[in-house]
Amino acid sequence: MRLITLLTLSLLSTSVLADEIWVTNEKDDTVSIIDVETEEVIRTIEVGERPRGIIFAHDYSVVFVCASDSDTVQVIDPKTGKVLHELPSGEDPEQFVLHPNNKLLYIANEDDAITTVVDVESRKVIAQIDVGIEPEGMAVSPDGKTVITTSETTNMAHWIDTETQKIVANSLVDQRPRHAEFAHDGSELWVSAEIGGTITVFDTETKKEKAKISFEISGIHRDKIQPVGFEKTKDGKYVFVALGPSNHVAVVDPKTYTVLDYILVGRRVWHMAFNADETKLFTTNGVSGDVTIIDVDSLKATKSIKVGRFPWGAAFRPTSG
Amino acid sequence: MFLRVVCFVLCFCMYIVQPRAEENINIGYLEQVVPRPPILSNLDEVPEDEGLAGAQVGLVDNSTTGKFLGHNYKLESRIVKEDEDVLSAAKELLSLSPYLLLNAPMKSILEISKLPEAENAILFNVSSLDANLRDEACSLNLFHTMPSRNMLSDALAQFAVKKRWSKWSLIHGVHETDRAYLLAFKKSANKFGLEIVDKKEWAFDADMRRNAAKEVPLFTQDMPDHDMLIIADELGDFGRYVIYNTWIPRPVAGSEGVIPSSWSASVEQHGAAQLQSRFKKAKNRLMRSIDYAAWAAVRTIGESVTRTDTSDVMKIRDYMLSDEFALGGFKGRPLTYRKWNGQMRQPIPLSHSRAVVAMAPLEGFLHQRNELDTLGLDKQESSCTAFTE
Repeated sequence: MRLITLLTLSLLSTSVLADEIWVTNEKDDTVSIIDVETEEVIRTIEVGERPRGIIFAHDYSVVFVCASDSDTVQVIDPKTGKVLHELPSGEDPEQFVLHPNNKLLYIANEDDAITTVVDVESRKVIAQIDVGIEPEGMAVSPDGKTVITTSETTNMAHWIDTETQKIVANSLVDQRPRHAEFAHDGSELWVSAEIGGTITVFDTETKKEKAKISFEISGIHRDKIQPVGFEKTKDGKYVFVALGPSNHVAVVDPKTYTVLDYILVGRRVWHMAFNADETKLFTTNGVSGDVTIIDVDSLKATKSIKVGRFPWGAAFRPTSG
Repeated sequence: MFLRVVCFVLCFCMYIVQPRAEENINIGYLEQVVPRPPILSNLDEVPEDEGLAGAQVGLVDNSTTGKFLGHNYKLESRIVKEDEDVLSAAKELLSLSPYLLLNAPMKSILEISKLPEAENAILFNVSSLDANLRDEACSLNLFHTMPSRNMLSDALAQFAVKKRWSKWSLIHGVHETDRAYLLAFKKSANKFGLEIVDKKEWAFDADMRRNAAKEVPLFTQDMPDHDMLIIADELGDFGRYVIYNTWIPRPVAGSEGVIPSSWSASVEQHGAAQLQSRFKKAKNRLMRSIDYAAWAAVRTIGESVTRTDTSDVMKIRDYMLSDEFALGGFKGRPLTYRKWNGQMRQPIPLSHSRAVVAMAPLEGFLHQRNELDTLGLDKQESSCTAFTE
């Protein structure tokens, strides 16, 4: 009886029961919602123009989407898929991070060389920080004290003090930095450089370069191996790095900074998100318009799911617990 | 208390990861205006700031990076008319800065490169497609951000091979540049195993705006069967009237139709849309090839100064020619300089006014060193010795 109820419930409203991966489709102005269990698209919702960055509030009550060409950040109710309101974001918002206080959004304004700080409660811009040309990658340290903006043409990681909302340091990285992430314990900052073909690892304390990771895939010229988005497992075992037009994801050991493996996925792999227990990794493949699922245990690609045109960002939404 | 303040100041300095000295970098820009021969259409308008606008946008990019590092960039420009002395303008600019962009005809670029004042300078050719400048007439102080004609024609040849449109007919204009383009197409056809089945010179003086539909079918009627019709008409005189008016239905490429170039308004991938919109916002028009070449030259200087933290011209030249140098140029691959003739390697978009059809090097064209070297003069073909001596 219980089983039947469960089954019925899941048929009626799968989205309530199973965890989801939300994927922004840059050229379709939609978000595809993938059921983590069935590995299928269960919903597609319409959002603003050219959706790219996507993150959930820390309590998953709302989801934020950068609608780049609408020059706004949309705040969406994940249950209904309806846009609740929009936040002032500055022009052309691309990527953003939500401060651990769940209150401040730091947004990279790609066309304006600015990082905009928005209070999501008062819905007001509280600061705009001049950064380099084409800011894109955004990261926040686990203690919330530092926010990073990387600028693609200036080739820097800008360290922003969240107390003063001012830049305190600038670190040069290789050509076209795309994405930045702090280590889960905050001790390191990782920055990928698309055209440079590298990931630079900084010591957070000294802000000095600690390691540089390069990639090599036989049969693919190094110019085409372009690291973009990456994600780290919480157990400190792996870092998965999307390598853009080389159509591979690299598996990096974050302790030795060596590449363990390369996994073939879809074309122009861009960003990614884990499921709840980090057994599955979902990568967005822009050119092939699909999402590839990687089995984290075996480091194998198991399935590709058709989504909208030019899937860009991915975010995880727990619903079962 | 005092100690704490000192400590704070020290720590703060350490936080600024690169403690750098102030550097002032002046960049010269010299344009020689050349009168354009008349063409049939009245639609073309060449912007007066073509080239200079690209340099200016590049300068803003450099300055944004420079402000974080204490590097100050300045652009000094001179625009000389045809009857004015281009050499003395070059000397004047070279007395202000060793970095000089040249938007001028091949002959002037060659003369400037031979000036004693230019011996220890870095000159950038941002306009001339001339093959000889990269070959026998090359010189160690002369770099080329504009691709050569051979790079453009090789790009189109790769596209034809990929499409299996392997029989070409050619129509060329009467100007010197058209003949040079024709030569480049012949060389590329030979290099990539394409067959040229016919070539004709366009020597009409009729006004094609009224009777293209009558003239062009007849002009192309006796051409042997071909897969692609290639136009060498760099001034844009007659080529536009050929499209859709040919005797047999064939794709047109070269100076019209599918056009190989260093930059076009339809390039949008690899972040190019951002450069396009930045340029449009600043200059209120679309970015053109010469603008892109000038932008890339200024960015080359900026990138080299950023990485080496010096404005010393010899050190900058060494860096530009080293394996460390790479410039992000919105075309999907790092831009670097060929060590044998100073030509900037770059992907070549093949585009029409609405979209990019393909980007060369096309997939499958391999090279032992760098796939970009499948375009234009490769090391073993080059008779340039200035860089190796």
